[in-house]
Amino acid sequence: MELKTTRPKHWLDRYFHSIQTSDFGSMAVVIGLVIIGVIFQFANKNFLTPLNLTNLMAQIAVIGILSVGIILVLLIGEIDLSVGSVSGAAAAVMAVLITNYRVSSVAAILVAILVGFLIGAMQGFFVGKIHVPSFIVTLAGLMIWQGAQLFILGDQGTINMRDPFIRSIANTLIPPWLGWVIGILAVIVVALTVFRERKNRQKAGLNNPVPSMAISRLLLIAIAILGAVALMNFDRNQVPNGKPIQGVPTSVFIFIVFIVIFDLITRFTRFGRHIYTVGGNAEAARRASIEVDRVRIWVFALCSGVAACGGIVAASRLIAVNYGSGGGSLLLSAIAAAVIGGTSLFGGRGSTWAALLGALVIGSINNGMDLLAFPSSIKLMITGIVLMLAVILDSVSRERRKRAGKG
Amino acid sequence: MANPNRIPVLEVRGASKKFGAVEALRDVDFEVYAGEVVGLVGDNGAGKSTLVKIISGVHEADTGEIFIDGQSVTIKKPRDSIDHGIETVYQDLALCDNLDVVANLFIGRETTKGLPLKGLDRLDEAAMERRALDILQELHVKIPSVRNIIASMSGGQRQSVAVARSVMWNSKVVLLDEPTAALGVEQTNEVMHLIEKLRERQLGVVVISHNLAEIFDITDRVIVLRLGRRTATFDTKTSRPEQVVAAITGVA
Repeated sequence: MELKTTRPKHWLDRYFHSIQTSDFGSMAVVIGLVIIGVIFQFANKNFLTPLNLTNLMAQIAVIGILSVGIILVLLIGEIDLSVGSVSGAAAAVMAVLITNYRVSSVAAILVAILVGFLIGAMQGFFVGKIHVPSFIVTLAGLMIWQGAQLFILGDQGTINMRDPFIRSIANTLIPPWLGWVIGILAVIVVALTVFRERKNRQKAGLNNPVPSMAISRLLLIAIAILGAVALMNFDRNQVPNGKPIQGVPTSVFIFIVFIVIFDLITRFTRFGRHIYTVGGNAEAARRASIEVDRVRIWVFALCSGVAACGGIVAASRLIAVNYGSGGGSLLLSAIAAAVIGGTSLFGGRGSTWAALLGALVIGSINNGMDLLAFPSSIKLMITGIVLMLAVILDSVSRERRKRAGKG
Repeated sequence: MANPNRIPVLEVRGASKKFGAVEALRDVDFEVYAGEVVGLVGDNGAGKSTLVKIISGVHEADTGEIFIDGQSVTIKKPRDSIDHGIETVYQDLALCDNLDVVANLFIGRETTKGLPLKGLDRLDEAAMERRALDILQELHVKIPSVRNIIASMSGGQRQSVAVARSVMWNSKVVLLDEPTAALGVEQTNEVMHLIEKLRERQLGVVVISHNLAEIFDITDRVIVLRLGRRTATFDTKTSRPEQVVAAITGVA
């Protein structure tokens, strides 16, 4: 008869309970990050410096943006292997439009994003409507769009981005005061949202978590946001008496904006709920008359659209687009970041913040081993082992849930 | 219960269905009244599932008519069935393991608030949770927390969530396909209590089951299908299980 939750007595109990059930994955990653940080700091005292950590954030921005798109696809239980090529092809479209056709940079960017979006919609159509496995569709896409990129770039090989706006996208530092304003506003918005949700629940006659819980959570969020701003606002200039170098790099800001936008969509909107529903049980979604095909098409379109944005940021960082744009280890790193960050390969579990956590893990391993002058061979093997561990964790917890479910 | 003057909430007349050369259903009538629990029994291949699937819109009958409250209706796809107030709880329950109880109760029918932005409208979690708590309380379903994900729940709790979902939407008829097949004794009892609650709410309830003890426990009438035909109808109060067994197996 009693519907009120059988609550553990103390909020600490509940805290650990929640870690065990839902946040276990992300807690494990955060702990892993701390361990990585401590190890590298011992090995090289330059690791945990504002300069290096800011560089690290800027280095992972492109991987992270692509990873956000991949997370959406993983959430519906599919995979997208084409994000690297799509990012390269979109960047090529933008570069050619600007240099060869004198299109304005903003228009070229919009066209490039649209191209990415349509590529994704097409791939999503084959997956959603024709029921071709996404692995195959996007594997074909990987080759096709890479070929398209080479075709679009033609004989030029490399197109340097002279356009000042394109250059500024990733390589500008947000003035420290503006960084603080954005950071503080973000904290206020989060606090207001939490406060309003508590009021809504109260109005509906629902239990609220104890205030100390909400406050400690808010405090953690505030520390994370403002700490990151403070870190990147630190003067990184190494030359005595030189001009100060400080502020959040725009590439990092863009990455965070993508995470936040898609976090809001996935958690708070009907479309977002449908993503999780399709990922959890597509047949149940279909019977509840959710248009599963359309959800799939949209998710693939969004993923490729995000990949195109990532390609543009990459072009801005490199100040060029070439045959290698979007190639190399970009795709694999982006997928690995999503999984290491705690997104399940089996669909329906994860959040876009996994992109940040996962990319940070991969980025710090690479960055730290660079500082220690480790060869690529070792870096690759270590990254592979970490990915393996993440996938094992995912599979084990899935099995455990399955067993726990029987009763 | 089967008062001849009353109009059944759901009635099927003369349903036939062939799958290739196999005649799954032959001229079957079926009816359930509001506030009544009907047991649908028969051997494997007797046509129980086919009949349920016709009612729930998974299959379309070759011939036959369906009436809701005496009105003839067309059911061609699951959506039609749902729109007419018929809810089906399949054996696989159609729940999402990764979502919590609230989300599962509202799959495909999420409550939203604010701007109606085609798909991007905001979920109203507080309203959904309130409604979920109310319906579960009404049905006396015991669940540790409606914010627990389905993966963490027992078979009985899952079944209860699936049944609760079926009565949330002004439904008139609930079809339950083997609701206790995968459950232990205690959980079976929970589900049986739940079915009582559905009857109290004046729903027409159809239960498919192989378990005759259960059928005699819970139903008002039993309809027997055999080889695609309706061969017998029993009033549960005035008949004995042996009679039903005889009708099912065809041993007169």
